[in-house]
Amino acid sequence: MKTLRLVSLAVAVAMLLLASMPAAADFALQGSFEKDKSIKLFFGMPVDESWANNKANYTVYDKPDPDIIMPVESIALDPKRTTATLTFKEPLNQKSEYVVQVKDLTSEGKVVGSGTFSVKKSQATVLLGIIIAAMLINNFVFTKYLGLCIFFGVSQKKETAVGMGITFTLVMILSAVMCWALYSFVLQPLNLGFLKIIVFIGTVSIFVQAVDTILRKINPFLFKRLGVYLVLIVTNCIILAVPLLNADSNAGPFESAGLGIGAGVGFAIALFLMACVREKLEVSRVPATFAGLPIAFIVAGLFALAFLGFSGLM
Amino acid sequence: MNRNVQLLWNGLIPENPIFRLALSLCPSVAVTTSVKNGLMLGLAVVFVQVFSSCTVAIFRSYINPRIRIPAYVLIIALWVSVIDMILPVVSPAIYKEVALFVKLIVAFAIIISRLELFASKEPFVPSFFDGLGMGIGFLFGLCLIGAIRELSGAGTLYGFDILGFRPLMVMILPAGGFFVIGFIMAGMNYIEYKLTGKVPSAGGAH
Repeated sequence: MKTLRLVSLAVAVAMLLLASMPAAADFALQGSFEKDKSIKLFFGMPVDESWANNKANYTVYDKPDPDIIMPVESIALDPKRTTATLTFKEPLNQKSEYVVQVKDLTSEGKVVGSGTFSVKKSQATVLLGIIIAAMLINNFVFTKYLGLCIFFGVSQKKETAVGMGITFTLVMILSAVMCWALYSFVLQPLNLGFLKIIVFIGTVSIFVQAVDTILRKINPFLFKRLGVYLVLIVTNCIILAVPLLNADSNAGPFESAGLGIGAGVGFAIALFLMACVREKLEVSRVPATFAGLPIAFIVAGLFALAFLGFSGLM
Repeated sequence: MNRNVQLLWNGLIPENPIFRLALSLCPSVAVTTSVKNGLMLGLAVVFVQVFSSCTVAIFRSYINPRIRIPAYVLIIALWVSVIDMILPVVSPAIYKEVALFVKLIVAFAIIISRLELFASKEPFVPSFFDGLGMGIGFLFGLCLIGAIRELSGAGTLYGFDILGFRPLMVMILPAGGFFVIGFIMAGMNYIEYKLTGKVPSAGGAH
């Protein structure tokens, strides 16, 4: 479910950012993924309806195996006749590259020519998709409920919330990358995948201890405020969840870092928002039985409802 | 009352990990969309808590106090790895939904805090009962939240259709878990206020 969401978000971003594809000589021909079963073609000129709706004019295959032609199920031409959406029977693998061949493109009754181009997503698009998904749509605090302990513990003052958010983001990115390196260079080659829980928690603990020591020297003021919670980062589930998720999805180094950035920034945003509300709660009259945590939970619930709205970003 | 029974009772209500100590909140919101999931994760936590408590109680004189935290983390991680390998075999379908959280038991504050506060100081038998009590308290909390959310959100209980309609869809959405826990906490505060006449202080939230 999660990967599906990630992928479909990435596709939405791809629509905006798609790098220009190699086009045929005398007419602009481009394509991009749309939904999980469709490819959208841009002809750059109005084409004839009868030509566009003929399935025999399109040949689409996965680049690694050119022998397997993807069967086109339906074709939808837009009213301006410049773009068409090909829908396939099988879902497409958005991570691979597809080659689309268009035969005898016909415009206003004349055959313009044939063209071949490939459809794939660029690395930057995928990364941006991962970051935004982890940050807003699948915000770790409000939709996956990770890191709640720290979230409720540190969100009493804006100042500490910001400090914690920044520290956490940095620790998160670096430990995500370190865990990725350990997993793909040590654990996987040795077939020790089942040790990943122990190895990841160890790596994170050591790294947090290192940050603790460094921060103590560099910024004693921030350390005085965050020292207690810095140690608590180890018990923050997010910091362990991100490497585990990366390991499960076989993410590369940049994708690992991307998920780390998204998770860290998402957590920082959640902390800051919550701190703003809780500062107001301090001076408002809350029923005695709701004071403290119960009301904080209900506020978090309202935030979670609001964050549901981001799922429309897809 | 027998001390061991008291330790069990203590974990169930007076120091319930979720509602009173406010520890390990993440899973209590995340996996409680149904009773089944709550039960599964709860059982995993009981297992890890009991075995870690016992392990620490046995080896407490050998663990140097300076490195006790890493040692505890490793002990917990060991038992989590064990349960993480057992569960997919026993019940693959439910495991799929709670997989991430079973792995994350390592980071649950409740387990390490019981090791630090109890098992590192007490002998084997009380540690066992403390671990069992805390584990069952956690299981109870998860099942209670799961039952409320499943009944009000999906109209079912443990997969059986009870109501035949869905009164409050919001309860099985992410936000519902927060609301349910908030109201249960407030409810427990209210009961305690009626019984003792004073408002209890808020939990630690770590």
